Amino acid sequence: MYTQALNTAETDDRGLEDAAKAAQFQARIDAEERIEPNDWMPAAYRKTLTRQISQHAHSEIVGMLPEGNWITRAPTLRRKGALLAKVQDECGHGLYLYAAAETLGASREELVDAMLAGKAKYSSIFNYPTLTWADIGTIGWLVDGAAIMNQIPLCRCSYGPYARAMIRVCKEESFHQRQGYEIMVTLCRGSDEQKAMAQDALNRWWWPVLMMFGPPDAASQHSDASTRWKIKRFSNDELRQKFVDATVPQAQYLGLTIPDPGMVQDAEGHWRYSEIDWTEFKQVLAGNGPCNRDRMAARRKAHDEGAWVREAAAAYAAKRAQRQTAQAAE
Amino acid sequence: MTTPNTPLWEVFIRSRNGLAHKHVGSLHASDATMALQAARDIYTRRGEGLSIWVVPSTAITASDPAEKGMMFEPAESKIYRHPTFYEVPDEVGHM
Amino acid sequence: MSCANIQVSETPLMLYALRRADDALILGHRLSEWCGHAPILEEDMALSNIALDLIGQARELYGYAAKSEGRDNDEDKLAYLRDVRQYRNLLLVEQPNGDFAHTMVRQFFYSAFADLYWREMMSSRDATLAAIAAKSEKESAYHLRHASEWIIRLGDGTDESHRRVQAAIDDLWAFTGEMFAVDDGERALIHAGVAIDPGTLRGRWLTTLSDVIDEATLSLPQNDWMQQGGRAGRHSEHLGHLLSELQSMQRTFPGLTW
Repeated sequence: MYTQALNTAETDDRGLEDAAKAAQFQARIDAEERIEPNDWMPAAYRKTLTRQISQHAHSEIVGMLPEGNWITRAPTLRRKGALLAKVQDECGHGLYLYAAAETLGASREELVDAMLAGKAKYSSIFNYPTLTWADIGTIGWLVDGAAIMNQIPLCRCSYGPYARAMIRVCKEESFHQRQGYEIMVTLCRGSDEQKAMAQDALNRWWWPVLMMFGPPDAASQHSDASTRWKIKRFSNDELRQKFVDATVPQAQYLGLTIPDPGMVQDAEGHWRYSEIDWTEFKQVLAGNGPCNRDRMAARRKAHDEGAWVREAAAAYAAKRAQRQTAQAAE
Repeated sequence: MTTPNTPLWEVFIRSRNGLAHKHVGSLHASDATMALQAARDIYTRRGEGLSIWVVPSTAITASDPAEKGMMFEPAESKIYRHPTFYEVPDEVGHM
Repeated sequence: MSCANIQVSETPLMLYALRRADDALILGHRLSEWCGHAPILEEDMALSNIALDLIGQARELYGYAAKSEGRDNDEDKLAYLRDVRQYRNLLLVEQPNGDFAHTMVRQFFYSAFADLYWREMMSSRDATLAAIAAKSEKESAYHLRHASEWIIRLGDGTDESHRRVQAAIDDLWAFTGEMFAVDDGERALIHAGVAIDPGTLRGRWLTTLSDVIDEATLSLPQNDWMQQGGRAGRHSEHLGHLLSELQSMQRTFPGLTW
């Protein structure tokens, strides 16, 4: 998901820490208590969460770029306002998440620097290009749909600040998927050219969206600790299946074909999808997706070109504080 | 180069008159004026507020969770502070 | 919708609303270009909010322009199917974002005017314009406050920020005179109490500017030569590029619903 590169919780180091404290901590988690910033927590829990929450934050911020690519070209004023508000929301979500990560001890600046240095990951999905207006519909419908699938259980995550941020995010995000689906409905009721545009977008985004849920359960060995700590409540494959089952009827309503000829519905009603190309996933995570370089370049440029503004604000604040001290001394 | 830190602020919002300000989240701003504006732009986009407080995060002194026993448990046994501790005959009605 | 330019009957009232709509849309569009690229995340939020206010104002004003024109134009036809020569916005608002200082100075000059303008327009005899003014005034007041705070911080921040914001003031100053100009059609509307005379706002506008500029340790240019032409469709080269992006979907796929 937005933290898919993770799926590798820190190995539990409770042996090194006070065993009694660790046992107490786990008992609190098992009793569905929330952990708050100043509470004692195992170092590995702190590290895992800092990584997961900051990756999630980076994903929201980098995620502004593919959709932001269409703000200036939205085809009507109504669509333009809605898209701008949506991309702005993503910025807000990144901001809430950085704040949640900061309660664990790292500063936003450190976390952002790690991302700009290429040391921290963000979701692979944002390394694909938005080529047509239908991509904006598809991202809202599928990418936000997948994100919501993942984020709803995170509202019950054991770490209080993360859970609270996710509640706020989920509340705000409810319009995003509807916004996207409305675009798709409009395209699919439109001209042949518009329908073809919608189908083409679905063809390009379908498999990358399925990859958002992360590697198959069989291949991800490290989610045990995250599960025990109740950071993660469903496995990658469980969430992926839930998403596919919810999406297939929506595609059918649109009259679009999911680009998986091997897909069949099983006896229990689940839609069984074909094998996912995990080589592509690994390549994109490794920096070789179609837009990795562009995304990083755009974020670095904004950061570098904004440095003088941040410096000015800091310098002014220092001057003003100095003047106030001087005045008080008079 | 590492980026210098911008101060962190805690944001409290009164959602409507008659209610207390409630903590809603945090943000980064160079000074109080900018923090207030950022709070408005970030936390009241959907009409969530009528009044905003911003407080430098460093100005908050928090109790130590390790002292939870000493701090909060003694109050738990003082059940005579709650109305349900006292019995009033049913005939008297609501009191 | 065909992809050819629409015909517009610019009656005085229609043109009056259209000019203000174009101002709001073009400035909103420019600000939306920042989304995802601002110096701090908090400023991405702020600039997007201002852009959304302006796009909202544009939609109401286009709606009213179309209604007073009484043909079959609507907000989207007016926004997406007029060419650069048919656009009626101020030269100021079409100027490129440049660095953050240019964006903030452009906003500061415009919002300092818009705040005064909409406040006066609340007493317009035209009920629709008065209603739009009541909403826009509150929005503009906040835009002005936000821009003012930044002008002060950039001016009284570092040497570099001072230099940049002073350069932006010098670059954009010549586009401010157009805000106060009035043509014959508008004069009739002013006379009828539908519009207000922007010339009467100039003194207060300058006071607003000076207060902030002084606190920011900056200065206003002595040069009083002013560029004009936007209101009559004589634009800078920048607007054509903006429109080619803004209108690309409607021009490429004529007549479709999105």
